[in-house]
Amino acid sequence: MTVTVTWYLVLAAALFSMGAAGVLIRRNALIMFMSIELMLNSVNLTFVAVSKHLGLIEGQVAALFVMVIAAAEVTVGLAIIVAIFRFRSSANVDELSELRG
Amino acid sequence: MTDFLWLLVALPLAGAALNLILGKRIGEPRSGWFGFGLIAISFVIGFGASLGFFAGTSNPQTIYLFSWIPAVGADAAILWDPLSALLTMIVTGVGALIHLYSIGYMHGDDRYPRFFAFLNLFIASMMILVLASNFAVMFVGWELVGLSSYLLISFWFTKPEAAAAGKKAFVVNRIGDWGFLVALMLIFMTFGTFDFRTIFENAPAMFGVGAGTITAITLLLFVGAAGKSAQIPLYVWLPDAMEGPTPVSALIHAATMVTAGVFMMARSAVLFELAPVSAGVVAVVGTLTALLAAVIAVAQTDIKRVLAYSTISQLGYMVLGIGVGAYAAGVFHLTTHAMFKALLFLGAGSVIHALANQQDMRKMGALRKAMPITFITMAAAWLAISGMFPFSGFWSKDEVLAAAFARGGAWLILYVIGLGVALITAFYMTRLFAMTFLGSSRWDEGVTPHESPRTMTVPLVVLGLGTVFLGLFNTPARHAFEHFLEPAFSGVEQVEGLSIGLISTLAVVAVIVAIVGIIIGLRRYNTEVLPDETGAFWRRALAAFGVDDLYGRFLVAPGKAVADWWASVVDPKVVDGAVHGIAKGAIGGGERARAVQSGQVRWYAAVVAIGAVALVVFLLVLGGGF
Amino acid sequence: MAEAIVFIIFALVAIAGGLTMLTARNPVYAAVGLLSTMFAIAIMYVLLDAHLVAAVQVIIYAGAVMTLFLFVIMLIGVDRAQAYGDRPLIQKAMTGVVAVGFFATLVLAGREVWVTGSDAFGTPDLNGTIENVAKELFGNWTIVFLASVMLLTIAAVGTIALAHFPSGEEDGAS
Repeated sequence: MTVTVTWYLVLAAALFSMGAAGVLIRRNALIMFMSIELMLNSVNLTFVAVSKHLGLIEGQVAALFVMVIAAAEVTVGLAIIVAIFRFRSSANVDELSELRG
Repeated sequence: MTDFLWLLVALPLAGAALNLILGKRIGEPRSGWFGFGLIAISFVIGFGASLGFFAGTSNPQTIYLFSWIPAVGADAAILWDPLSALLTMIVTGVGALIHLYSIGYMHGDDRYPRFFAFLNLFIASMMILVLASNFAVMFVGWELVGLSSYLLISFWFTKPEAAAAGKKAFVVNRIGDWGFLVALMLIFMTFGTFDFRTIFENAPAMFGVGAGTITAITLLLFVGAAGKSAQIPLYVWLPDAMEGPTPVSALIHAATMVTAGVFMMARSAVLFELAPVSAGVVAVVGTLTALLAAVIAVAQTDIKRVLAYSTISQLGYMVLGIGVGAYAAGVFHLTTHAMFKALLFLGAGSVIHALANQQDMRKMGALRKAMPITFITMAAAWLAISGMFPFSGFWSKDEVLAAAFARGGAWLILYVIGLGVALITAFYMTRLFAMTFLGSSRWDEGVTPHESPRTMTVPLVVLGLGTVFLGLFNTPARHAFEHFLEPAFSGVEQVEGLSIGLISTLAVVAVIVAIVGIIIGLRRYNTEVLPDETGAFWRRALAAFGVDDLYGRFLVAPGKAVADWWASVVDPKVVDGAVHGIAKGAIGGGERARAVQSGQVRWYAAVVAIGAVALVVFLLVLGGGF
Repeated sequence: MAEAIVFIIFALVAIAGGLTMLTARNPVYAAVGLLSTMFAIAIMYVLLDAHLVAAVQVIIYAGAVMTLFLFVIMLIGVDRAQAYGDRPLIQKAMTGVVAVGFFATLVLAGREVWVTGSDAFGTPDLNGTIENVAKELFGNWTIVFLASVMLLTIAAVGTIALAHFPSGEEDGAS
């Protein structure tokens, strides 16, 4: 029994779906954020797996860049959450609907 | 020096912009000095660049600036030949003096800087018109002149008459512009370009004398010229334009706007040579305009209105000169007229200023002692416009009439009418002069006339010197002026060839006519009591023979009716309906679309997720077709 | 065979961590679940010979990002975490459908040859050592690398701007 690229892709798909479900059902802004991180991770896994599969190192470089951007996103995102929490005493996303049209 | 010619347009334009933006901050009178300075610099540049033409060493040249509409041969370029050089000097020279004069005249006006911004804009427009190297650019200047004249005539727009006068000038000029525009279309259809040189070089080869196309073009050009240069039937705007400040009247009537039409026809001299019918029409209309305006001027009581009608009358002479083919003579009269008419207007402004805005000549008189400088300079202008030897008006008017005489045949009728107009001109100018400066004082109570400040008298003196001596440049014995202009009229036959003896006879006749007119005028008006002028002729002439009423009844009223119908029926139902319908549709669509924007992050995320799934499914169904 | 065993074990760990994150009422548990998933993914990278990426995964994600998350959770307060449970049933069901549909389509996509390129898997000589990745990163991707540097700087500045409150505006929520 050998591990093929499909195994990795299926695992990545499962993790990605969990992340998507987390964004959709969790109310806590922090956990929604974590779900997004999970989705990014699953994409990274796909990148690296396909990189190995095709013999192209660019996939790993792309994974590194995704990590950099994720790090930047996390700092800003968490700062926003803290700022919101300071004003509203709540991290419940459903209460934030100021942009309603 | 020709490298700097673009500054002729750029400087006044910059002055207009700066005065408009920073004028309030610069304040009075510095904004006025600023505007004057720029125009004076322009004059120096124009004069310096013209030196080559005086010496006869330079040739006409086209100075390319940048490409504007290459497809129609319309580059932004300067055609620098004696004609444009001459007009440049008139416009900037007289314009600069009028700026200087306005510094004192407009003192205390609320919108002082704005006035100078408009004056500068006027000069800039005129320079674009004059320096254009093709009809398209000329048209741009032409329209800008119309705009700036509107701004200046209705400068005191809180006065209803001034606002109406500005509107009238604009509308009447539009009619002329229409003729010019159609002429331009015809020119482009015929020649495929707007470039002056190309057109004028090719026209004689392409068409014989009297060709229909050229006749149509020139007639339409004349319609345009009639609008700007106030010829029958489009002269009605000019007397009303007196509602503007007096320096504006001087600028419009002497140096800039009214000369545009004559200049344009002189520029197109080659075309008029090819269309004798048009030239005939031009000559006849010019003569009739001169006659009609002179007769109306006789009865006017407002000092500025007399001058306005005299301007129309003198323009008639210029147009006659163009019509008989004496282009240089027409342009020469334009030049001398620019001098003495600017002087007359500025002098009249000085008088009006001194009498606390009194414009009615019946309330003037005996100002000779109170205003010596104004009196002396006005006397020079009076003798010049009356055609007295050796003042400038004599030489130029005589040139035009001599040309008409030289053509012989039916043209002699025009000559005789022109001579008659000279008589009337001498008479009504004497009437103006005597009623203002001579006789007994009929001032209003409590008015003490005083001489105007230095900024106003200096331009008067300068213009006065020009009025006296300018004519000597072009005497029958020494045609310096015509030689100067020759390069601009290459390929155009000028009317010439009268013997010195015949010319002298004509001159003597003209002087006798002028003297007769002056003597009649002096005997009638240099008196203690003004003669009674309430007869039928006087009333009708004072009302300008009801031409305005006629236009009002037969042209303006029907136009208004159509406009009213359009405003009350078509506009609210058709136009507004369409506009409101579109707006309602947008509002309704927005109301429906805003439901999508719930403000819930989750909802947006779900939409993105569904979209992503749909995309992947779509690609799978396609089966890797990419 | 050993590779397959390792893969299966850590795939299960990853999925278990993901489910924990998805279902835990306490955000701290969710964070710990995510942490374990990230470690599992790091193992996957090692299996794929992507050693540098594996190391970075552990250092940045497990080390920095998750620590930051835990820190913010502690700052905001664990007790205030809201459960997802009171969500209407229909919404949960819909979420399930979307998630499963997602999974299904992704798996289907993974099985398609046009997505993966070819059936043959594994290029033995591809080794994600620091040297190899660095050559690629600083050879072909220098500009992008510099751009990411700028991005991080801007993010740092932005974070400070967002987190900085003048003392007067403090509303004392926590």
